[in-house]
Amino acid sequence: MLQRSGNGGGYDWDELVQPDRVHRLIYADPEIFQRELTHVFGAVWVYLAHESQIPNNNDFITGKLGLRPIIICRDNDGKVRALYNRCTHRGTTLCRWEKGNSRSFQCPYHGWSYLNNGRIRGVPWPDGYAVDFRDPKFNLAQVPRVESYRGFIFGTLNMDAPSLANYLGPIRKPMDEWIDRNPGGKIVVCEANRLKFKGNWKLAYDNSADGYHVIYSHRSLIETEARFNDGEKGMSYYKNSPDKLAMYVAYTGNGHHYKDKRPNLQKRDGGLWAIESFHPGMEHVAEKLRAQLGARAEAVLDYAGSEPMNINVFPNLSLLGNHIQVIEPVSVDETNAVWYGTKIEDVDGTIGDDVLREINTLRMRTQEGFPNLGEVDDITNFEQIQRGLACLEDEWIYMNRGMDMPERFRTDDEGVIYGPATDEVFMREYIMKWKRLMQSEPQLTVQREP
Amino acid sequence: MNAPGMPNHDPSRFSYYVTDAFYADLVAAYTDWQRDDRVVDDIAVRERVRLLLEREARLLDQYRYEEWLTLYLPNFVYWVPATPDGGDPRVQVAVTFDDRRRTEDRIFRFRTGYAWSQAPPSRTVRLIGNVEVFRTASPTELMVRSNFITSEFWDNETRMLTGWAGHRLMQQDGHWLIQCKQVNLINCDQSLRNPSIIL
Ligand code: FES
Ligand SMILES: [Fe+2]
Repeated sequence: MLQRSGNGGGYDWDELVQPDRVHRLIYADPEIFQRELTHVFGAVWVYLAHESQIPNNNDFITGKLGLRPIIICRDNDGKVRALYNRCTHRGTTLCRWEKGNSRSFQCPYHGWSYLNNGRIRGVPWPDGYAVDFRDPKFNLAQVPRVESYRGFIFGTLNMDAPSLANYLGPIRKPMDEWIDRNPGGKIVVCEANRLKFKGNWKLAYDNSADGYHVIYSHRSLIETEARFNDGEKGMSYYKNSPDKLAMYVAYTGNGHHYKDKRPNLQKRDGGLWAIESFHPGMEHVAEKLRAQLGARAEAVLDYAGSEPMNINVFPNLSLLGNHIQVIEPVSVDETNAVWYGTKIEDVDGTIGDDVLREINTLRMRTQEGFPNLGEVDDITNFEQIQRGLACLEDEWIYMNRGMDMPERFRTDDEGVIYGPATDEVFMREYIMKWKRLMQSEPQLTVQREP
Repeated sequence: MNAPGMPNHDPSRFSYYVTDAFYADLVAAYTDWQRDDRVVDDIAVRERVRLLLEREARLLDQYRYEEWLTLYLPNFVYWVPATPDGGDPRVQVAVTFDDRRRTEDRIFRFRTGYAWSQAPPSRTVRLIGNVEVFRTASPTELMVRSNFITSEFWDNETRMLTGWAGHRLMQQDGHWLIQCKQVNLINCDQSLRNPSIIL
């Protein structure tokens, strides 16, 4: 069995992550998890929030960067910040609410208060202190680099990280397409289907572009979708020979990848709606809109359909259907998978209020389908992988589907690797990226207002 | 079974009843209904309602879904809000907002033998208490609040799911049937582990 050696945190990373397989420890070792909190959830751009969650000045939500509690806010001047949710006095979390609007935060313990730009505002009975509270060390720590890409807010503690745009690289193209299919390229985050599982966070990241599991992990859903025998619905693409279809998986670098089922759709307005499985109210709304809008109804119905893409931005963001899924590590064997719903806006006034309302309501129902009837089976399997990892002597996890079969792949000028939908190439590539991160020695810093 | 376009669609097969008007009526019914001046103190009514809820709990504990569905109107909703105030299902995703067809999907899925989240199935025991019945503007409609503790044994452990339910009952041919069951988990806005049973 694997022994620990002297460097890179004491692990032989090349032994743990091999071209065709990875060691059980990368999912099961609490010390590796601890290292991920700095070397991954610290050193790379991590998704924090969507701008639509904090549209106005002084809006905030609370969240995590790895396990660090943070407040993501738009300060009084409109600047988006990620403040450590930690009082500089004795370390108490300042804000315990999930969202709100506030220009300042006052610590519930001794009452130190801070502006939402991170500056300390005041402390009770300052005459008991010999220090000057204008010293920046009393201002809140904050994530030094916070940038947005088209509404998606990311942060990193690594001053040496590339720009966010460079970090995202070619994954921006499918992200753009996913965003731009909505009117005016705009989405608004609403409530979420929140799930958790007793398993390592990477089990979720391994999964979301995995076209190989669908036919079996989701078999109950596929059978349910087919129970009326009325044509291709939802996940039916995976039934026969998915690798022969036009859908594909692509690895775009830096751990990012996506699966694209759009090439399987009929190329017409309503082509997406045509494969939507069964949702509350769907026939009613479709008939009503067709009567009201004629041929234009099909394109509108597509807004309620789940976009057939799984776009995964390393390490914690997935755009799945119309969801923004955020993977939140909790401990080495505990993870939250939060599926935020999204709705659209009538940006250019072409949809009309009534139709917009109907289509967004229908979109709520389509979004509830998969977390209820599909994802629960996956997370059960993630948990059971974690259980299987208790077999100490059976050490390896294989990611070798498609490996050594160059005829299955093509690489474009930007280095993006394309393969058939059930291939594990994206897993092998992202875990190599993960390995390089775990081997590196990033310098992480926080910033305080001067 | 009626084809699409015919007036009376089979709600097990087609979803035509979840309309704007249906949502509006539902949201109105679940707004400001737990009022002291509307409490029904007629023991006979309360007892009938309590028996209905207890029977529902038993049928679900015993996986007797067909019989369970007979307690419901044809056009019903099984609703688990994702926010503690219930929220508005027109503008928010819910944990679950199932019409009859999706409820039957759920049951069908359990029985495929491939629903890994329920293979083996959860065993549940439901405890219901604090049943309060409320009048509405209509004599053929009642609202019921009850608290529940559901013990669920799954994957080698027993956990507790708790909260309160709001049943909307409608009288049909002398029977009270459920038009909507709103299940308010106290942790509905938190991450839930394997929320796959019918609550
Ligand atoms: S810990 Fe915050 S004021 Fe003391
Ligand atoms: Fe899946």
